[in-house]
Amino acid sequence: MKLVLRNITKRFGSLVANDSISLEVSPGEVHCLLGENGAGKSTLMNVLYGLYQADEGEIVLDGEVQHFLGPGDAMAAGIGMVHQHFMLIPVFTVAENVMLGNESTGFAGTLDLDAARGRVREISERFGFHVDPDALVEELPVGVQQRVEIIKALSRDAQVLVFDEPTAVLTPQETDELMEIMRQLKEAGKAIVFITHKLREVREVADRITVIRLGKVVGEAEPTASNAELASLMVGRPVELVVHKDEPRLGDDALVVKDLHVRDALGHVHLDGISFTIRAGEVLCVAGVQGNGQTELTEAILGLQEHVEGSVTLDGRQLVGRSVRQVLDAGVGFIPEDRQADGLVGGFSIAENLMLNRSFRSPFVRGGSLRVDALEEFAERKLEEYDVRAPDIHTRASKLSGGNQQKVVVARELSRDLRLLVAAQPTRGVDVGSIEFIHKQVIATRDSGIPVLVVSTELDEVVALADRIMVLYRGQVVGIVPGATPRETLGLMMTGERPKDVVA
Amino acid sequence: MSTTGLSPAPVPTAGPTIDTVPVVSRKTPIIFGVLTLALVLILLLEGQSGETTFRLAARTDFATLPELTVPSMGGAWALAVACALLTAESVRRYAGRRRTAAWVLVAFAVAWMAGFLTWAAAGETVPVVGLLAGSIALAVPLVFGALGGVLGERAGVVNIAIDGQLLLGAFAAALVGSLTGSPWAGLVAAMVAGALVAVVLGLFAITYFVDQVIVGVVLNVLVIGLTSFLFSQVLAPNAASLNTPPRFPRIPIPVLGDIPLVGPVFFRQTAVVYLLYIAVALVSYALYRTRWGLRVRAVGEHPKAADTVGIKVNRTRYRTILLAGAIAGMGGAFYTLVSVPQFNREMTGGAGYIALAAVIFGKWDPIRATMAALLFGFASNLQGVLAVLGSPVPSQFMLMLPYVITIFAVAGLVGRSRPPAADGVPYQKE
Ligand SMILES: Nc1ncnc2c1ncn2[C@@H]1O[C@H](COP(=O)(O)OP(=O)(O)OP(=O)(O)O)[C@@H](O)[C@H]1O
Ligand SMILES: [Mg+2]
Repeated sequence: MKLVLRNITKRFGSLVANDSISLEVSPGEVHCLLGENGAGKSTLMNVLYGLYQADEGEIVLDGEVQHFLGPGDAMAAGIGMVHQHFMLIPVFTVAENVMLGNESTGFAGTLDLDAARGRVREISERFGFHVDPDALVEELPVGVQQRVEIIKALSRDAQVLVFDEPTAVLTPQETDELMEIMRQLKEAGKAIVFITHKLREVREVADRITVIRLGKVVGEAEPTASNAELASLMVGRPVELVVHKDEPRLGDDALVVKDLHVRDALGHVHLDGISFTIRAGEVLCVAGVQGNGQTELTEAILGLQEHVEGSVTLDGRQLVGRSVRQVLDAGVGFIPEDRQADGLVGGFSIAENLMLNRSFRSPFVRGGSLRVDALEEFAERKLEEYDVRAPDIHTRASKLSGGNQQKVVVARELSRDLRLLVAAQPTRGVDVGSIEFIHKQVIATRDSGIPVLVVSTELDEVVALADRIMVLYRGQVVGIVPGATPRETLGLMMTGERPKDVVA
Repeated sequence: MSTTGLSPAPVPTAGPTIDTVPVVSRKTPIIFGVLTLALVLILLLEGQSGETTFRLAARTDFATLPELTVPSMGGAWALAVACALLTAESVRRYAGRRRTAAWVLVAFAVAWMAGFLTWAAAGETVPVVGLLAGSIALAVPLVFGALGGVLGERAGVVNIAIDGQLLLGAFAAALVGSLTGSPWAGLVAAMVAGALVAVVLGLFAITYFVDQVIVGVVLNVLVIGLTSFLFSQVLAPNAASLNTPPRFPRIPIPVLGDIPLVGPVFFRQTAVVYLLYIAVALVSYALYRTRWGLRVRAVGEHPKAADTVGIKVNRTRYRTILLAGAIAGMGGAFYTLVSVPQFNREMTGGAGYIALAAVIFGKWDPIRATMAALLFGFASNLQGVLAVLGSPVPSQFMLMLPYVITIFAVAGLVGRSRPPAADGVPYQKE
């Protein structure tokens, strides 16, 4: 089915999120949408899927103009969407999720679960998905949940498939599998719209590329275009894809972790006796497939984990056993991996979010009451400095696009006197321009003599930032290697193997 | 830059588990222990003499069960020992990291209750059939209310107004029943009344996003005020014509009603009670096995996801709470068309709140919520029966009994409960 979007305009109040955007996608084609955070990509797709009504413009499928009043209409017309935040019901099984809204029923509305299971198996076999129809969705890893979303769309016979940043939450391995799936779908004659911030993915699968900036189409690019070309088209200026950094000027041992053990309430061991040191002015990156103890490591340092044994000292002061507040007061800055859950209060304004870690004393609080002037002045400055795209500082954090939310978190954490920065997935879901910016901030933090711990599943990011790299596997340190270690070696270490020349 | 070619070997992404210790709740053995100890203490401190008789028979055609007579202290001690053994079994399972089996739970509950009754009714006769049948009678409105509550909350609407629905249902049933002389018309009126309360709840909670708990509480107060006013101004002065509803007759079911013990308890009831059985079965079947149920649950768990597959969230919620209101209204009819053939001010006595508790104790499941409501009915009736028998327990303590039993049962039996994820959260499109 051929999809044509013609002059779509969508406004939110005074903000024009989509400004007369036109787009064509043919069957058997992957069309990539590129653009900065807040450029209006998700908005355009939500219009296509019937979640928003366009203010102007039309959606044309195979020459027929469509009028979608809701997602139900869009689905019936053959449009399927894999949302940025999955639209699955965690306590339902895969089969139930797939059949919801499109149930085959027997006598008196009785669910025909067998038919749904059969459908899941059939699609799953056709594309090699390996999904158990009776598994509970909440117990599945994200990569598999995403496949359930794809099955959901395919089971309704979708001819146009929209993937909105599907790889932001995937491990490198799951990403490769998704690329393969998209190629198969393409061969099966589906028209595919693919949104991502990762240029290597674009070049791997895209047939056509459209770049959007500030709600407008700024041009098309060939899949053969270089990363630098694509990046500058997106951002509207040349972008440094790998941030320049000088040799580190190392100081004393600053963060010393010794024999750290972390368990959860159920007794599962997440960290099994790890030890490492970060010197002042050094970036240590933690690499490894998600779920090997990285989250628990950052949370243990912050004091968010309950069952912690061992020692973590910062400039000689013990952090284990302290409250989060005491750890923050000791000068630890923390960029959490899930900004929406742990980094921001969605219902608060940007300004209020910017003072969350200093909510009890100067400069923003005096005598128990807020100093609104100081806060607003500060927020205006940070908005400018970090290039946060928002109408004003009173905008609610939940209304910001993902990348802009991330910038608010980074701005807050870096605008304090720090003695340690802990950054977990600092650029997840962030566009190339902002990645450049955040990376520069991290390096500047290092150069001011502060130890930095970065956790990232993006190998590109690890290689770009690290002075040394630590690989975790099943809660243990596989090895700590220099920043210039070849990717092949790192990849091997991430599977738990220690190359001969590496010492733990 | 590319990282292909070095994708790591498959690692279980669901989280690393290096060694795993299954968690088994130690609540059950602890509660068993406490209860057994309490029983032993009662027996030690407050000895009784004489014999206890359990009358198991009602008039039945098949066979008449004999009366069971045991020496009070001997019997009670024997049952206390049985409780201790079951506790030991539960501890043994806990030590072996296994859950306490259902049969152990049931056996413990029966043994403990029998032991307590043997002691409390020393020198008397316990009418077992009457005790159980009375429990059902007390539980019927609770079960109706709990069913309505489960339905609403499964769809994401917290309904504090169950009590209001029961009360308005009772009122409407009395009024319309008296006017028409037909209990069936009264029942229908009660359902309409319950649904009416639901409409108001929906209007504020679904359409205008008002906090659902507050709307519910306000509705309860409103219904109390309204019915009390109408009662004193309209019903009481014209009691003969407006407040003398006909009663549903008891209809024993042939064969089933003649089974010893079970028959007289469950199958010599009124049509309302039979409707209750049907309602429980239908609701639990429909909720888990039909398209309608799947959509209701989807809307209560993740309304946005339901919306993206084309389900009309708020319409589904409205329909569900209307049905739930009608069911709760039937519970109200039971007061005036079965229990006492007249309406009285605040005659539900807060039963709606107990029904609400049953919803939560029953983990938002129709069958479990029914069980919880039945348990409460049993405990209330036990208190009444023991008061008549003249038990050695001070009456103030006896009044606590229903609540204490419910709390112990729930604390011991119900594991972690998780409400529907979007329970109480209005759905607002952007
Ligand atoms: N419901 C809404 N109300 C008001 N403004 C909105 C709403 N949704 C999006 N916006 C604004 O519209 C613009 C486009 O947002 P959109 O989510 O489409 O960006 P995006 O291109 O998907 O960005 P990202 O790559 O970060 O996901 C942003 O400035 C955002 O703040
Ligand atoms: Mg987006």
